[in-house]
Amino acid sequence: MDSKLLPTITAFLEHLLSQYTTADAVQWLKEKQQTVSTSETGKELYLPFSAAPRYVGKKSLNLSIEDLEQSNKLRKGFNPANWTTDQLARTILLLSLPHEDGDKYSQFILKLFGTADMGELVALYSALLLLPHPEKFVAQATEGIRTNMGNVYEAIALNNPYPFEHFSDAAWNQMVLKTIFVGKSLNKIYGLDERSNYDLARMLSDYAHERWAAGRTVTPELWRPVGPYINEYIIQDIKRLFNSTNETEQEAAALACAQSTYPAAQTLLEEHPLLKHKITEGQLNWSHVSQKAVTT
Amino acid sequence: MNTLNMKFIDPHIHMTSRTTDDYAAMQKAGIVAIIEPAFWLGQPRTELGSFKDYYSSLIGWERFRASQFGIKHYCTIGLNSKEANNEALAEEVMDLLPMFICKEGVVGVGEIGYDDQTAAEDKYYRLQLDLAKEANLPVQIHTPHRDKKAGTIRSMDVALEHKLDPGMVIVDHNNEETVRDVLDRGFWAAFTIYPNTKMGNERMVEIVKQYGAERIIVNSAADWGISDPLAVPKTASLMLERGISLDDIHKVCYQNALDSFGQSGQMKESDWLENTTIDQREKFSDNSILRGGQTPMVGEIRMNPAFESNIVK
Repeated sequence: MDSKLLPTITAFLEHLLSQYTTADAVQWLKEKQQTVSTSETGKELYLPFSAAPRYVGKKSLNLSIEDLEQSNKLRKGFNPANWTTDQLARTILLLSLPHEDGDKYSQFILKLFGTADMGELVALYSALLLLPHPEKFVAQATEGIRTNMGNVYEAIALNNPYPFEHFSDAAWNQMVLKTIFVGKSLNKIYGLDERSNYDLARMLSDYAHERWAAGRTVTPELWRPVGPYINEYIIQDIKRLFNSTNETEQEAAALACAQSTYPAAQTLLEEHPLLKHKITEGQLNWSHVSQKAVTT
Repeated sequence: MNTLNMKFIDPHIHMTSRTTDDYAAMQKAGIVAIIEPAFWLGQPRTELGSFKDYYSSLIGWERFRASQFGIKHYCTIGLNSKEANNEALAEEVMDLLPMFICKEGVVGVGEIGYDDQTAAEDKYYRLQLDLAKEANLPVQIHTPHRDKKAGTIRSMDVALEHKLDPGMVIVDHNNEETVRDVLDRGFWAAFTIYPNTKMGNERMVEIVKQYGAERIIVNSAADWGISDPLAVPKTASLMLERGISLDDIHKVCYQNALDSFGQSGQMKESDWLENTTIDQREKFSDNSILRGGQTPMVGEIRMNPAFESNIVK
């Protein structure tokens, strides 16, 4: 996050919070922002960061389309649709800390991570995309992906451009694989298509084989990052999908072929003119597949 | 058990040492909320980091794990008496406690008090009483196994000396020898139904018959030893059988725990009355509660179906 934008972002977050909490709570936060903004040791941040829900509550935001558009305009990929009031307050506090010295700043924030509870972790990971010196938190976010708490995982992996912008390929691939493994929708991973790569396609294909060998199914969403990397091996998987009795699997196969320049994949798509037509006409895309995958 | 659909709170149970089978059985028996006091793990800790990670697991992973079984998990945070004897480490832990005691769902400072009643135990007990007073949190006192009566009286004397309101102090692991003193001084008297070393529940019934239900609390303290995570519902059942009124049972197995620890502002009945759905799709990976292939429960809380065959899919 460009630190010149911080005042604008903070003002926007304050504006959102004021719609969902009391004047007293806003006042409390103002005072805490003041003490945090002159903090030498980071200490002044720890208690209000913990105590935020006691003052501003934990209400879900019910944001308007305009607010969501504005979020995305201020910071591409910023989507606070599922945020809560305490999350807003905690993020505002994080942005109030002096940040000229990146090492010092990240040290204070990482200390918070070290003793955070679930709600605090959600707030911290969701806020990464807004923080100055974002590169300082890559190791922490990569570690975060190893969590086994559902909402903490979602805070990092879903609706968050941070992994897209900062993760290594290895960490990115683990995240995509794990998202499938824990039954969450790939559709919410920011930048999924842009960061697909050959290694990921191989891992996903291997994972499908493992599941099939055990007599289990895999989500049709799995084939989305695979499409551009169809080769002589993966084409066998795609054939299997086309032969499935499950309509969504056939649709996934067609979409994967449409992403591929591999000749055999093109041929396969030609053999399914109806699906091809739907894709060309925009009546079928990966979001449709995701929607169906989630509801079944 | 629990034919009357009663709700229970177990305000002292160490779930870190227990299994998912226990959680499922507790939920089935009517336990809606639990408090897990920070305690000794059986193996002495030698580094500050292991305290930090332990406290983090009480407010993090264990709370999440309980939620997967429809049980609301709270905790008390403190330095237990046994480990207060490692003074160099105890000093470091005292610096760490302020980072944790004001977190969400922390309903008190505990379990603290005396074990061997050494000078070091006394020092850190006092320091933590001051900390609790400063944070306006209830205190959960562990009374010693050995020299219990003197230790219990000393625990209360010191709490009063530090100007704590007895109404903010829950004195735990009482027995027939200590209960009168504790109640007479205005403290909460908790009883632990634990095989062989603490209270049996037949004796517990007699205590309630003799002293009534005011300020008396029943818990299991189930942990890594041979103990029973269903001690509270079982005791309620026995009380019913032996003629204790429903109202009194409700007090000692639910309401008194809520009233005493609820003074923290971190534990409200609405926390579980309004959240009666679970979503086990919030399941997780390498340390998952549900392994791949198990059917997640989504929606109204209900029991896991019994394992119907020996075939694992």
